[in-house]
Amino acid sequence: MFKPGLCWIMKSIKFRPVLNWTCAIVLFTPVTYSVADISAGGYGQANNTFNPAVTVILDGVYASYKNDPDDYKIPGFVLGGEAGLADEGFSLGHSELIFSGDIDDKFFGRFSLAFAEHDNEIEVELEEAFFETLALGGGFTVRGGRFYSAIGYLNQQHPHAWDFKDAPLVYRALFGDQYFDDGLRVSVIMPTDLLIELGAEALSGGQYPTGGEHQGVGSWTAFANIGGDIGVSHSWQAGLSYLSTDNIEREYGGHTHTSTVEEVPVFSGDSRIAGANAIYKWAPHGNYRERNVKLQFEYFNREDNGDISLLNSSPLETSTLDSKQSGWYLQAIWQFARRWGTGIRYDMLDSDNQGSDADVMDEVGLLTHGHRPERLSVMAEWVPSEFSRIRLQYNRDDSYQVPDDQVYLQYTFSLGSHGAHAF
Amino acid sequence: MTRSIFSTPSAWVHTVRMRSKSPVWCRFFMLLLWLPGGVQAAINVFTCEPEWAALATELGGDRLEIYSATTAQQDPHHIQARPSLIAKARKAELLICTGAELEIGWLPLLLRKAGNARIRPGQPGHFLATEHVALLEKPEKLDRSLGDIHASGNPHVHTDPRNILIIARYLYQRLIQIDQDHADIYTQRFEAFARDWQTAIRKWSSQLAVANGAVVVVHHDYWSYLIAWLGLDRIATLEPLPGVSPSSSHLARVKQLMKQQQVVMIIDTSYMNDRPAKWLFEQTGVPVVSLPATVDYQSGANLYHWFDSLVELIREHVK
Repeated sequence: MFKPGLCWIMKSIKFRPVLNWTCAIVLFTPVTYSVADISAGGYGQANNTFNPAVTVILDGVYASYKNDPDDYKIPGFVLGGEAGLADEGFSLGHSELIFSGDIDDKFFGRFSLAFAEHDNEIEVELEEAFFETLALGGGFTVRGGRFYSAIGYLNQQHPHAWDFKDAPLVYRALFGDQYFDDGLRVSVIMPTDLLIELGAEALSGGQYPTGGEHQGVGSWTAFANIGGDIGVSHSWQAGLSYLSTDNIEREYGGHTHTSTVEEVPVFSGDSRIAGANAIYKWAPHGNYRERNVKLQFEYFNREDNGDISLLNSSPLETSTLDSKQSGWYLQAIWQFARRWGTGIRYDMLDSDNQGSDADVMDEVGLLTHGHRPERLSVMAEWVPSEFSRIRLQYNRDDSYQVPDDQVYLQYTFSLGSHGAHAF
Repeated sequence: MTRSIFSTPSAWVHTVRMRSKSPVWCRFFMLLLWLPGGVQAAINVFTCEPEWAALATELGGDRLEIYSATTAQQDPHHIQARPSLIAKARKAELLICTGAELEIGWLPLLLRKAGNARIRPGQPGHFLATEHVALLEKPEKLDRSLGDIHASGNPHVHTDPRNILIIARYLYQRLIQIDQDHADIYTQRFEAFARDWQTAIRKWSSQLAVANGAVVVVHHDYWSYLIAWLGLDRIATLEPLPGVSPSSSHLARVKQLMKQQQVVMIIDTSYMNDRPAKWLFEQTGVPVVSLPATVDYQSGANLYHWFDSLVELIREHVK
């Protein structure tokens, strides 16, 4: 039943994924039929079919801005990956198609695609395609393939699980919203009452914000998380992470869609990212359904050492680069009734970039001109069931020198198998 | 397996109490006996709901070190795979859950994160209560527009004490499979429990014989097995669809329905929002009975205490 759809998917990934609407319909058709067939998938005695659990995320947004979204920039940071603002007016957000399930008694697998429209063309992105061990024992888990890196707390969540429509500025500026890559992760849970999780990832280093050709391991990460409960109503988790990558070719540009810029900024050199995060949740009697509060904080610091050049410039415009960039966000989400939630988030970025050629530095946007990017967001959401959500969000965005007012009205629907309640 | 220094304080209290029964020389002698064969530590048991923790306590006593992931005040469907649960599942040798998709939102994720092969589905350490009893309300059609339905049927099997006995029979055999050296303990404890529990069921049934045929309204289909056991007549559910919060229009319909019949009570569940039931009480005068969802295990209560309280609460309104 999935064959025609999957063929299309594989084909489109192989040849830089750009599909037109017709293909998208072909893709979605078999899935819509199969959702009813597999609603029991994934668990215990109900799992009496061999189909993987299928989830389709329908996500769309109406966006309104005071400034022209094409002018968007963050002084001190060059944008890449998925960084940028959603198109003004109606647009599809991050529609996703996710297949997952136990492969056998030893392995679990997940495959997820994201669909986004840019310039009337549907772009398909392979976000995850990984296996994970189920039965190694001793608290060990090995994951291999393409997956979201454990470099940050939010980095491992799909955009539809975020509490705001857009990524925190620090994720937008450093990771192009999110960092996924191909490789291997080994993690272990220690046999203690307090959660202690240690892990490391060896990755190809081919995806933004890394990039370029690497022999063997191009980037690696290490992470540690601890967490537990305080009484019955409070839970917490705290983590540290580190990413190291050498000899990368980080190509910026991303999805900002300014007028066709031929000159593409490229960073070549070594990059290190250190991160820290803390999450705290409260629910009366630990009963999350009726009411709960979530506080979330993440901090990242990146140091880049190498050269920044403008590809295709003649003569080649280039500068040495010694860059220190950092940022953090703090957010609070309050689900005050069973179907209603509200939240507030504050973002801040800071950078100190030194280079040999001030003109090149200025042209790529690495000079701040004394501006410190920040943003304040508030949102309210209506969540009729576990499978649907309507959200209204307002941002006071001071990413660059001209403050912007941004309003989003977003819907997110989950069709198919039941999602997981991750912490 | 040795007892970890990170064990909960309550586990230590438990150990101390158990050991204090024997004199010092005896404890020393026992220690010598244990040394060559390894320390006979308790079996780590992780239960999704407190009723299974209480049942495991009946069957295993001090042989088991039991942790319940939820309390009677929590909706077992809406739990997150939070750090403390991952740490507990990591150490467990036996997992006891309801199944039938009740924990579908968090148990599969928890099992993947914990990296503990012993409690994976298909292993002796993975026990689902609903696999051993007949389920009610199995939907004929699976469609999310029909609410938060469970494909294999209503999972709240523990609200019928007869199911508890059936599940106990399978569970004690599973305990023997995992901890064969102490088979005699589990057998003895099961036989004692089965005898006492049957006596209790007879007592509760006779106390509530008057309830047979009593007309009730329920908040959520949580009590379907209890209703079937007692022969109550459920004419309406406050939730328009399973798991969907009561809407004002649906409540108005229920109110109309209640006017036409002699409804003796509105049965609510302890962890649920009590406003819809209170509103109906104000409108109709029919009393609300908020039944404790399960055993208050964390406060030291057992299965008998819980059913005694259920029977008492219902009796007050059907006399």
